[in-house]
Amino acid sequence: MSGEPSSEAILACKGLSKHFGGVRALSDVSFEARRGEVTAVIGDNGAGKSTLIRCLVGVNVPDDGEIFFDGRRHPFANPDEARKAGIETVHQNLSLIDELTVVQNLFLNREIVRRVGPLALLDRPAMKREARAMLSRLSINVPSVSARVRRLSGGQRQAISICRAVGSGAKVVVMDEPTAALGVQETANVEALIRRLREQAVSVVLVSHNFDQVRRLSDRIWVMRAGRVVATVQSAETTGNELVALVTGAA
Amino acid sequence: MNNPADNAPVQKAGATEESRTSLTALLTDLSFWADWASVVGLVGLVIVFGIAQPIFLSVANLQALLLAAAILVVLATGQTFVVATSGIDLSLAAAVMLGAIVLGLVHAAGWGIFLACVLAVAATSAVGLLNGVLITVGKIPDFVVTLGTLSAITGLGLILSGGEPTMVGSPFLLKLTSGSFGPFGYPVWVAAGVVLAAHVALFHTRFGVHLLATGGQAESAHSLGIRTNRIKIAAYTISGFCAGIASLLLVARIGSAEPLINTSLLLNSVAAVVLGGVSLFGGRASILGPAIGALMLTALVNGLTLLSVSAFYQPLAVGAIVVLAALIMRYQR
Ligand SMILES: Nc1ncnc2c1ncn2[C@@H]1O[C@H](COP(=O)(O)OP(=O)(O)OP(=O)(O)O)[C@@H](O)[C@H]1O
Ligand SMILES: [Mg+2]
Repeated sequence: MSGEPSSEAILACKGLSKHFGGVRALSDVSFEARRGEVTAVIGDNGAGKSTLIRCLVGVNVPDDGEIFFDGRRHPFANPDEARKAGIETVHQNLSLIDELTVVQNLFLNREIVRRVGPLALLDRPAMKREARAMLSRLSINVPSVSARVRRLSGGQRQAISICRAVGSGAKVVVMDEPTAALGVQETANVEALIRRLREQAVSVVLVSHNFDQVRRLSDRIWVMRAGRVVATVQSAETTGNELVALVTGAA
Repeated sequence: MNNPADNAPVQKAGATEESRTSLTALLTDLSFWADWASVVGLVGLVIVFGIAQPIFLSVANLQALLLAAAILVVLATGQTFVVATSGIDLSLAAAVMLGAIVLGLVHAAGWGIFLACVLAVAATSAVGLLNGVLITVGKIPDFVVTLGTLSAITGLGLILSGGEPTMVGSPFLLKLTSGSFGPFGYPVWVAAGVVLAAHVALFHTRFGVHLLATGGQAESAHSLGIRTNRIKIAAYTISGFCAGIASLLLVARIGSAEPLINTSLLLNSVAAVVLGGVSLFGGRASILGPAIGALMLTALVNGLTLLSVSAFYQPLAVGAIVVLAALIMRYQR
């Protein structure tokens, strides 16, 4: 691969490097997620998947390398610009604010306001209504949309951050281990949701440790090992054993 | 009145037949006491002092109490914004002194009282801005920065004033401190205005939610596109602005600008914030809570004075109450 990413790429990077202190989290990583496809990223713990995701959506600033969104170079200076461009992310660790309510979290940095004279005041009833609708569309159960998320279970919290990412009509949805804390039924719901996004031509980037899930859902799989991309395979043409071999480096 | 923790989940109002059980449940629930500590404390003090010394409840004394509380209410409001971001502003009382000195000097230079007031507030806001920039861009811990500015401003105040108080004889300030509208003096209205504006800003604007999010989990807030540094800088600037307003009230009250720092204002501002149910870990705040906390602390001093308890005991009482409140806060939900 060299030069610009292919025209099918919606979100891509070239030669990305990032280190934290002495740890090289990413070394010369080139990656692309194609328009309308589900692109999976797999790899062992510490392989650099989350770091790659965070660099792509503007949360981390890479030391070196270039990022492309829809053909544009260096698209985002910060996560706000990425969100405004239509990328929503379900982060692995950074997700909900414990002390805020479900509604406040669902609409964080997306609040609905109404003008009152010179002031833009929060339209709380509208956000509550919309939040209930968003949650029920995805059949997510929470005790109350006004409950602080601190009091919710791990699965409920994960469901809410997924709901936030897919509820606002994003062009690209990035999910970092979205089903890690979910039960069987909830996992099936999220998988159905990802299929639905694909049908709606939303591009999805999916990080997962579940190789069966990845093969079921994705079009293409990128394999990372120790901060590098070591392989790219077509989901339809690979097997679980091949993926295990690629991830562990036994191939 | 709203619940002090105004971003708290709204409890569904219980039906009348179960109100008795829910009342007992409420009274044995420590989180209720944590959220309402300042109100409970204020009511308790009013009852105790009212019985022990009936003059306490006289209209004249209550008016004097509110008047005396105005400065602390304004400062506690400013401190709340900072504490909500999980920071602390130790330079608050020093900023009040700086504001007073700027006011005094500009007025003495004959530039007119309005310009003097504007420049005083501008100076204290600039101190807040500087605090915020050093903490976020400079990545220095908040208490180090504000302790540093506390010292630096103290020196600046002494240098500017030459260590001498400046008389400020201004009809405008005299009117501000002694005039009244309805039952309350102007300082009370100023404090009420600050509280109202702060309440709207914190609970009815995007800025307020972003501030609480930043205080709750700054990294998560950042990953959602919130400019957490700007939010923190804004919080410290608001705190400085409130110090400026307080300095106007202070100069009006004592008629001169003195290069003295009233450290009990700083301690009491933090105390009022704690009493008001604001989490020192950030992310959870209230404006009415700290305002009532400030009222409570002022009522405590007022009541003890009426009971002719030596002023030496007052800091002891304040300290005990604050630690008690902080203990109860651990049971906040
Ligand atoms: N903020 C950080 N500070 C220091 N080191 C970090 C930070 N973030 C990641 N790292 C390091 O970078 C490397 C890659 O981490 P990353 O989180 O990207 O892995 P991952 O592939 O997502 O792993 P997992 O499957 O466990 O989520 C690890 O060695 C990790 O210790
Ligand atoms: Mg990860």
